[in-house]
Amino acid sequence: MKKDIICTVCPVGCNITVEGSDDEVTVIEGYSCKRGKEYGSQEFLHPVRILTTTVKIEGAAEELLPVRSEQPLPKELIMDCMKVISHTVVKTPVRRYDAVIPNICNSGVDIVATGSFE
Amino acid sequence: MYEVTCDVAIIGGGPAGLSAAVAAKKEGAEKVLIIERDKNIGGILQQCIHPGFGLSYFKQELTGPEYAGRFGEEALKLGVEVLRDSMVLEIDPGNQMIVCVSSENGMTKVTADSIVLAMGCREKTRANIRIPGTRPAGIYTAGAAQRLVNRQNIMVGKNVVILGSGDIGMIMARRMSLEGAKVLAVIEIMDFLAGLTRNKVQCLDDFGIPLKLSHTITGIVGNERVEGVYVAQVDENKKPRKETEEFIACDTLLLSVGLLPENELTRKAQISISDVTNGPDVNQYMQTSIPSVFACGNVVHVNDLVDNVTVESMQAGKHAARYAMDKISDNPKEIQCVTGNNVRYLCPQRLRLDDQGKVKLFFRVLAPEADVRLQAKSNGRIIAVKKERLVNPGEMCSIQIPVGELDSDVVVEVIKEAVF
Amino acid sequence: MLKTDVVVIGAGAVGCAIARELSKYQVQVIVVDKNDDIGGDASKSNSAIIHTGYDAAPGTLESELVVAANPMFSQLVKELDIPFEEIGAILPAITQEQFDQLPAIKEKAFKNRVYDIEYLTKEEILAMEPNINPEVKAGLYIPRESIIDPFIYVQALAENANENGVDFLLNTKVTGIQVENQKIKGVETTGGTIETKYVINAAALYCDEIAAMVGKNEYKVVARRGEFFILDKNTSCQVKHIVLPIPTKVTKGKLMCPTIHGNMLVGPTAEDLEDKTDKSVTAAGLESIIADVKRLVPNVNVRDTITQYSGLRPNRNPEGLHVDVYDDVAGYVNLSGVRSTGLTLSVSMGVYIAQLLMKCGLNLVYKEDFKNTRQGINIFHQMTAGEQEAIIRENPRYGNIICRCETITEGEILDAIRRPLGARSMDAVKRRVRAGMGRCQSGFCGPKVLEILAEELSIPVEQINKNIGGSYMVSGKMK
Repeated sequence: MKKDIICTVCPVGCNITVEGSDDEVTVIEGYSCKRGKEYGSQEFLHPVRILTTTVKIEGAAEELLPVRSEQPLPKELIMDCMKVISHTVVKTPVRRYDAVIPNICNSGVDIVATGSFE
Repeated sequence: MYEVTCDVAIIGGGPAGLSAAVAAKKEGAEKVLIIERDKNIGGILQQCIHPGFGLSYFKQELTGPEYAGRFGEEALKLGVEVLRDSMVLEIDPGNQMIVCVSSENGMTKVTADSIVLAMGCREKTRANIRIPGTRPAGIYTAGAAQRLVNRQNIMVGKNVVILGSGDIGMIMARRMSLEGAKVLAVIEIMDFLAGLTRNKVQCLDDFGIPLKLSHTITGIVGNERVEGVYVAQVDENKKPRKETEEFIACDTLLLSVGLLPENELTRKAQISISDVTNGPDVNQYMQTSIPSVFACGNVVHVNDLVDNVTVESMQAGKHAARYAMDKISDNPKEIQCVTGNNVRYLCPQRLRLDDQGKVKLFFRVLAPEADVRLQAKSNGRIIAVKKERLVNPGEMCSIQIPVGELDSDVVVEVIKEAVF
Repeated sequence: MLKTDVVVIGAGAVGCAIARELSKYQVQVIVVDKNDDIGGDASKSNSAIIHTGYDAAPGTLESELVVAANPMFSQLVKELDIPFEEIGAILPAITQEQFDQLPAIKEKAFKNRVYDIEYLTKEEILAMEPNINPEVKAGLYIPRESIIDPFIYVQALAENANENGVDFLLNTKVTGIQVENQKIKGVETTGGTIETKYVINAAALYCDEIAAMVGKNEYKVVARRGEFFILDKNTSCQVKHIVLPIPTKVTKGKLMCPTIHGNMLVGPTAEDLEDKTDKSVTAAGLESIIADVKRLVPNVNVRDTITQYSGLRPNRNPEGLHVDVYDDVAGYVNLSGVRSTGLTLSVSMGVYIAQLLMKCGLNLVYKEDFKNTRQGINIFHQMTAGEQEAIIRENPRYGNIICRCETITEGEILDAIRRPLGARSMDAVKRRVRAGMGRCQSGFCGPKVLEILAEELSIPVEQINKNIGGSYMVSGKMK
C-alpha cells in the first residue's frame, strides 16, 4: 500500500510518500532529514498519538482532572481509551504524573495526571 | 479597605505572570505578589490540556497544565504570594497603587514599587467580524467552548462547524471529536492554514474533518439554536462568491478568528498602546511608557508558543524587580525598532541604549515566504542576519541583535534569497 | 380557572405601562405573554430613544400620545429607578436639500406642540459635536430628545405593577377570546382559560392575530426590520447627542447616538418582511448603515462594533396608530400600529387606556396603598468606595466579579434572578444587569452565568436557554 504523509516534526512539513506492507516499508521518499524519515516510517507502520483529555475528579476544587497518556498510544486505540476514561472517576489527592489508569486498554501505556489536586 | 504592600505586583497568574514572578524573585525582590482572578494559578494553561508547550524551554513536550504546574510550584517555593479570586479594577501607577476586589477580602488596595501587566488576551467575537444571519444560542468562541469542555465538564453541542484554522480552532476540533461530537468542517478565509501543520494532521486529518481554505461563513441560520451555516468560497479580495454558497447543517458554531490583548486597565492608566499589536509598546526590559509598569505575555502581543512568553516574561519580572530595588535608571536614551519589508510588527518596539546586552527581537511577518534572510540594519549597516527556510504570519520569528553598537533606529526586514 | 378584571395581552413596553397604570386602581389585572420573559419584542431591540414627537403626523393620536409622554419620563424614571438622560438631539443639514427642509421640520414640530426646537448654525453644531460632517450647513436642536435603558424601563414597569398586585403569566400563548352576547367573556390560553370582562390587545407584532380572534382584523401587521450596530465604549469617534438624519427623497437616513451606558449606537435600517420572525442581521443592512452614518459622522469607526442586532417594528397596513373599541365586542380594546414611537408613548398610553376603560364601564377606584416607587438592582460599579466595601461585607458575592467587561458582580446577577419576575435565561440576566453586553460579548462571563442560573433555578445546564424556549445553551454535562 501507499500513503502520503505530511511530516509534523518541524514547521517545514515535508510531503513524504511511503510504500510498503503492514510489516515493512519498501519505499520512502520526500523527507529532508533523518527525523523525517523516522517519522514517515513510524506513521506508516504504527501511527501513534499522545492522548490528552480530562477525567472526573471528586473532592477537588475543580470538577475535572487533566490527564495524558504517558507515552503515545496506537492511533487505533484512541477512541476505546476515551470510553474507558469517560467511566473513570478519580479521588483526591492526586499529584501530577500519578498513574490514574495504568496500562489502559492493555496498551502498556499509563494515563497520568497532568494537574495536582489536594 | 484591605491593604497589601509589595515590591512587585503582577496582574495575572498565567504563564506570563508566573514566569515574571519567578524571575522577579530570583533577581532578589523580597515581596512578589500575583493578583489572579481565577481560583487557581495557571491562567489559560489550565484549560489547554493538549501538548505543545515547553518544547524549547524544557526540551520536552508538555501539556498546558504541566507547564503551568512547573512554574506555579517554583513560584510558590520561592515565596511568591498570590491573591486568588481577585479582580483588578484599576491601576494607578502614579500612586503606585492597584485596586482589586474579592469576596474574601472585599475592596483591596495593593501598593507596589513596580507593576507587571500579564492579563493575557480575549477572543474576537462574531460581531467583530460581522457575520450576517440570526443570533441563536450555540455560537461560541473556541476558547469559551474550551473552558466549558475542559474545566466545567460541559459539552457545548453535537454537530459543530469551526470558523478559523488557527491552532485553537483545530485543537477544539480534535477535543470535540474525542468527546463524541461530529465536527463537520473547519472554514478558513485565507488560502493557507493559519496554525501549525502538525495540528492539521493530528486534529483534522486524524478525524476526517474537511478543511475548506479560501472559504468564509456568509450566514447563520436558526432562531432559537443554530440550525446551520452558509459557507462560500472567497475571491482574491476575500469577498464571498455568492454562487458557491452551500449550507452545512449543524447545531454549534465555534469561532477561532483572532485574539485581542486585554488592555482595558492599561488604557485607563493612560499607558501608551501600539495600534498594530493592540498592546502596550515596550522596550527590551518589557517596560511600558510608564517606567514603573512592565508588561509581558499576550497582553503585549499575541504569542503562539508559551516558551517565548516565558522568555519575555522573565525579562519583565527581572527588570520589574530591579526597578523596585532602584537599580534601573530613569530617562535612558531609547531608539525605535522599525518594521521593514514584510514585517508586521516588532516586540519590543523600543530599545534602551544604556543596556549593552544582546536583545532577542520578536516579530511577525505579513505574508508567508520561503527561503528568506531576516536582517536587522541600523544606520545603513547590517547588524544581524538569520536565515529561515519558511516564515509565515502564524509563527513568531525572532532575531538577536547587539544593542551595544547602536545609536539610531533599527530596521528589521525580510529579504528573499535568490539561492539558498 | 382564573378570573380577573382585565387581561393585558403582551408584556412589552405598552402592555407593562398599561398594567402599571391600572395597578394604581382597585382592579385585578393579569398580563399574558407567550415569551419566557417580560420585555416584549420590539421593546427589546430598538434605538432606546425617548422622542419628543417633533416629527409625528400632526393631529393624530400618535402625535398626541408621544408629545404627552415625553415630559412624563423625568418623574417616572426617578420613581422607578430607571437609567435615563435628556441629552438632546441635533439634526444636521448636510446637503442643500436637507437645509431647505429645516423650516418645514420646525413648523411640523410646532404643529405637534413641540415648541422647544431651535436653529443651530454650522459653528454651533461643530462646537457641540466636533465629529459631525464638516460640510454641515446648519441644523436644528431638540433638547428633550432623550435616551433610556429600554430593558430596565420595561422591567421596572412590570416589577412595580407586580408589586402592586398585577400577575404575569409568561410562556403563555393566547389561543382564543370568548365573546358572548357581544361582550367579552374570557381569554383562552395555553395555560388555561381566564374569565374576564376586559381585554387589551397589546400584542404588537401579533396584534392582528389576536384581533382575528374577535373578528376585528381589518388590518395586517407587517414586520419592518431595523438593524443596528453597537460600538465599543472606547470607540475613537463618539457623539454626545442623538444625531438624527434629515430624510431626503432617497432615504430616511440613519442615526448615531450614545446609549445610556456609554456605547455608541448606529442604525436603523427599514425593511418590510414577509416573515414576522426573521431577526437576522444582513450584510446589506450593515453596509447601508455604514454608508448613511458616514454622511453624518464621517469618522465613525465600525471596526469597533461589539454587537449587531435587529428589531421588528410591528407596522400596520394600512398605517397609523389606532386604539379601537367596538360596540359588538364590548370590553375589547385593540391597539395597532404602535411602532417606532411605541417605547416613548407607552407611558401615556397607559393613562389613555385606563381612561378608555373607565368610559367602557370599568370602575377605577384609586388604591390608597399604591406603591409608586421601585428600587432597582444595586449597581456595584456605580457605588462609592465606602458603599462597595459595605455591600461586600454584608454579602461577599458582591466581591465576586463575573462580567469583567462591565464590572458586574455575582451579587447583582443573583438579585436579577431572585427578584420577582426574575431572570430565567442568559439574555434575561444580560438585560437586567448587562453581564454579556460588553466587548467580549459574554466570552468570559457566559460560562459562569450559565452555572449560576442552573444552580439558582435547580435545573441541569442543558435546560438553560439563551432566551426563548428551544434556545438551549449547551448539550449537557460530559462525565
